[in-house]
Amino acid sequence: MDAWKWDLFFGSFPYVARGLLVTLKITLFGSLLAYALGLLFAVLLRARIPVAHQLLRGFIEAIRSTPVLVQVFVLFWLMPQATGIKLDAETTGVLALGVHYACYTADVYRAGIDAVPAGQWEAATALSLPRSRVWLGVVLPQAVPRVVPALGNYTISMFKEVPLLLAIGVLDVLNRAKEFGADNYRVIEAYTMAGLVFLALSYPASILVRRLERRVAHP
Amino acid sequence: MPENLDFILRTVLQGLPYTAGAAAGGIALTAVLSFAAGLALLSRSRTVRVVSRVYVEGFRGTSEVVQLFWIYFALPVLVGLQLVPLFAGILVLGLNHGAYGAEIVRGAVRSVPRAQYEGAVALNLGPAQRMRRVILPQAVVEMLPPFNNLFIQLLKNTSLLFLIQVPEIFRQGEILRPQYGGQLGLIYLVLAVLYLALALLITFATGRLERVAARRLGRKAPGRAGVPATGGGL
Repeated sequence: MDAWKWDLFFGSFPYVARGLLVTLKITLFGSLLAYALGLLFAVLLRARIPVAHQLLRGFIEAIRSTPVLVQVFVLFWLMPQATGIKLDAETTGVLALGVHYACYTADVYRAGIDAVPAGQWEAATALSLPRSRVWLGVVLPQAVPRVVPALGNYTISMFKEVPLLLAIGVLDVLNRAKEFGADNYRVIEAYTMAGLVFLALSYPASILVRRLERRVAHP
Repeated sequence: MPENLDFILRTVLQGLPYTAGAAAGGIALTAVLSFAAGLALLSRSRTVRVVSRVYVEGFRGTSEVVQLFWIYFALPVLVGLQLVPLFAGILVLGLNHGAYGAEIVRGAVRSVPRAQYEGAVALNLGPAQRMRRVILPQAVVEMLPPFNNLFIQLLKNTSLLFLIQVPEIFRQGEILRPQYGGQLGLIYLVLAVLYLALALLITFATGRLERVAARRLGRKAPGRAGVPATGGGL
C-alpha cells in the first residue's frame, strides 16, 4: 500500500497534454476520413453496381467483424511487405481508424438517405436534374444534417480508441503517461491523469451530441 | 499450401481458449452489470441513480485501453494486489461494456408501454413482481439485438488484452510475427476468420435467446436482417 502522490499527478500533466495533441490530431483526421469515405460507401452501395456492390458489402462486413487492432497491424506490418509502401505510425492510425469507422458511418448515411422522402427523388427526376445535382442539391442537403449527431458519436468513440495505437508506438495520451510513469517508477498518478483527460473531453462532447440529437429529432 | 501452415495454426489456436474465455467472462460480467446499473438508473432513490450514473459516465468517458492499464498496472500500486492478466482483462471488458449495456437496459425498460405498468398495478402486483413478471420479459426482447452488437464489440476488444500479456489469439499472432514475417498475410487471415467465427457464434446465441424470449411473450420472433449497425465504443 502506497499513498497517492499529488506532485506526480500534476507533474504528469505536461506529458499527457503533449500526447493529447497527437490524440486529437489523429481523431480529427481519422474522423474526416471516416465521414468522407463513409459517404462515398453509402452512395456507392445505393448505386447497386453489380459485383462492386457485393465486394464493398463484403469489405464492410469484414472490417466490422474484426478488431481494429488487427487492421492497424495489417497496415503497419503487412502492407509494407505486400506493396512496399511504409507509413509512419500516426498515418497508419489515421488510416486504420478512418477506414474502420467509415464502415460504420456508411450505415449512418444510408439511414439518413433512406429518410429523405421519396417525393424528393421523384421531384428531382421530374425536373430532370442531372444525377450529380440530385445528390448534391436535393438529397444530401436533407440527409446530412440528420446524421450529424450519429457521426459525432463515432468521433467520440474514435477519440477513446486512439490509445490502442500505442501498440505501434504512437505517442498519444496513454503512451506519454506511460513514459512519465517509467521515468518516476510510478504509473498510477499519470494513468489517472490520462483517464481524466479523456473524461474531461468526451463527457461534455457526448452531452453536446445528445443535445444535437434532440434538436434534430424535434426541429 | 504455405509452409509452416500447421505450426502457425497450432500456435494461434493455443490462444483460442483465452480469447473465448475472456469474451465469455466479459459477456457474463457485462450482462450482470448492465442489469444492475441499468435498473439502478431507473431507481426511485436519487442516491442509487447518482451512483449508477457516475459508474456509467465514468466508464464510458474514459478510454477502455486506459482502464486496462489503470487496473492492471496502476491499481496494484495503490492496493498492493496484482491481478492475473486474464482476470484483469475480464474485469475491464465487463466494467466497460457493462456501462454501455446499462443504457441499453434502461432504454428497453423505458420503452415498455406505460399501460403495462398500469395493468400490473391494477392486478395488485408489487414492484418486484411487476418488474420480473411484466416489464422485464417484454424489455428483454428489445434488448437482445443491441446486446448482440455490444457483445461482438466486446469480443473484438479482447484483442486489447495482448497489451497486458494475455496469451489470446492476437498475442499468439504477435509471437509469430518476428519469425514468420513472410506469412503475415496468412496469420492475419487466420485471426480474422477466428474473430468472424466467434462473432457468428455470439449472433447465433443471442438470436436463439431472442426467439425464446419472444415465444414466452406469445410473439413470433422478428426476423433479423444482417448485423445491425452500432460501432466503435458506442
